[in-house]
Amino acid sequence: MLVETTINGQTYSADVEPRTLLVHYLRDHLGLTGTNVGCDTSSCGACTIHIGGESVKSCTVLAVQARGAEITTIEGMAGDDGTLHPMQQAFMECHGLQCGYCTPGMVMAATSLLSENPNPTEAEVREGLEGNLCRCTGYHNIVKSVMAAAGSPVTIGAGS
Amino acid sequence: MIPAAFDYVEAESVDAAIAALTEHGDEAKLMAGGHSLIPLMKFRLATPGVIVDIGRMEGLNSIDDRGDHIAIGALTRHMSVETSELLGAEAPLLKHVASQVGDPSVRHRGTIGGSLAHGDPASDLPAAILALGATLVAKGPGGEREIAATDFFTGFLETALADDEMLTEIRVPKMAGAGWSYQKFNRRAQDWAIVGVAAVSNGSTSLSLVNMGPTPMRASAAEAAINGGGSIDDAAAAAADGASPPDDLNGDAAYRTHLASVLVRRALTEAQG
Repeated sequence: MLVETTINGQTYSADVEPRTLLVHYLRDHLGLTGTNVGCDTSSCGACTIHIGGESVKSCTVLAVQARGAEITTIEGMAGDDGTLHPMQQAFMECHGLQCGYCTPGMVMAATSLLSENPNPTEAEVREGLEGNLCRCTGYHNIVKSVMAAAGSPVTIGAGS
Repeated sequence: MIPAAFDYVEAESVDAAIAALTEHGDEAKLMAGGHSLIPLMKFRLATPGVIVDIGRMEGLNSIDDRGDHIAIGALTRHMSVETSELLGAEAPLLKHVASQVGDPSVRHRGTIGGSLAHGDPASDLPAAILALGATLVAKGPGGEREIAATDFFTGFLETALADDEMLTEIRVPKMAGAGWSYQKFNRRAQDWAIVGVAAVSNGSTSLSLVNMGPTPMRASAAEAAINGGGSIDDAAAAAADGASPPDDLNGDAAYRTHLASVLVRRALTEAQG
C-alpha cells in the first residue's frame, strides 16, 4: 500500500505492507535512522517522534495509519544551517545524555511536553517523561536539560 | 517484532466499519489508536486477518454535555479526556483515570473506546466506567443499542460487543460534587496496575477493581458492606470477596487480595472524606 507522508517538511512516499510499523518505514524504507528501536513494546520511548506536533511511539503505529500525516523526527529538529533546536542545545549543555541511545526519543518527548506545558515543574517533567527510559539512568541531567530548555534552570541531585 | 500479515481496510464512517465487520466476521478487528491491539499483534497473540482502520474517521471524538450525562465519542483520545474541563467539572474521576493510562505518548494515540472494547482487566478505564455506572452505546447492522457498563465485560479480553458491532459512545452520569477516588498501585511509572480500585460516593457508594480477576469488576461485597451501614474496615475486609486475582511476577493472589483490601480502605477514605 502506498504511504505518503510529510516528514520534516519533505514529502515521502513508499509502497509498504500494511503490517509495516511506522518506525520501520522511517528507518528501513526512508533511511531516517535517527529514530531508534529500543524495547519494541511501547515502553521505552526510544522510537518517539511527533505526529501533528504530538509525541507518539512509532513502534506502536502502523505506517498506513500515518498516511497524510505531518511527522517530525529527530532529523527535523535542528535548523537547516545546523543550528541545534533549543532542546538539543540544552541536552548538550546540561550533559543530558550518556550513551545517547534514548536521546532522540527524549528530545522528541520533551519538546512535545513543553508544547503542552511550557512552564512545567520539575515533578511535571519527570511525570511527563515517564514513557521514556534511560538505561544509563541519567535522569537527573535529562530533567535538568528540559527545565533549562523551558527557561527554568534547576539544580538537581546536589549532594546526592 | 512485526505483526502477522493482514488485509487493511479503511472505514470512513461507522456504517462502513459495520459493513466491513459484517463482511469479514470474526476475522476482522477494528483498530482505532491501535495502542492495545498493535502490541498484541506484534507478539502474535492476536493475528486478525483483516484490520478495519477507524482511527482516521471523522467524528466520534467529542465530549458533549447532554443534560444529565456527558457523552464521549468512542474515538476520543485519552489525552482529550484527561484535559477536558467539562469532565473535570462533571465526572472528575474519569478525567483523572484517563491521565493514569500508560504515558503521554500512549495517551496521544489511544482512545477511550479502544481501551474499553479491549476489555483488559488490568487497564484503568474499565474500572472508572464501572464505578461511574456509565452506559455504552454500540451500533451494528440492526441499529443502536445501549449496554450498561456492568454488563459489558464478559470474559478475559471479551465484551458484550458482537462481531459486527462497533462501540460508538460512552455516556457517563454527571457526578459533580460526589466524592471519588482512584487508587492505582504499581511499581514502575507507566505500568498497568498490579491492583487498582475506583470509588464513587454519591449517596450510595460504588467500588470497582482493576486486575482482580479475568474481567474488570465491581467490588460487590465491599459495596454491600459500606452501603448497608458497615464501616470502611468492614468494606475493606470484603474487598476481594468474589474476585479471582491472578498470580504473576508482580504478586500472587494472596498479595493482590491484601492489596485490594488496603486500596479499598484508601479509596473509601478519600471518596468519603
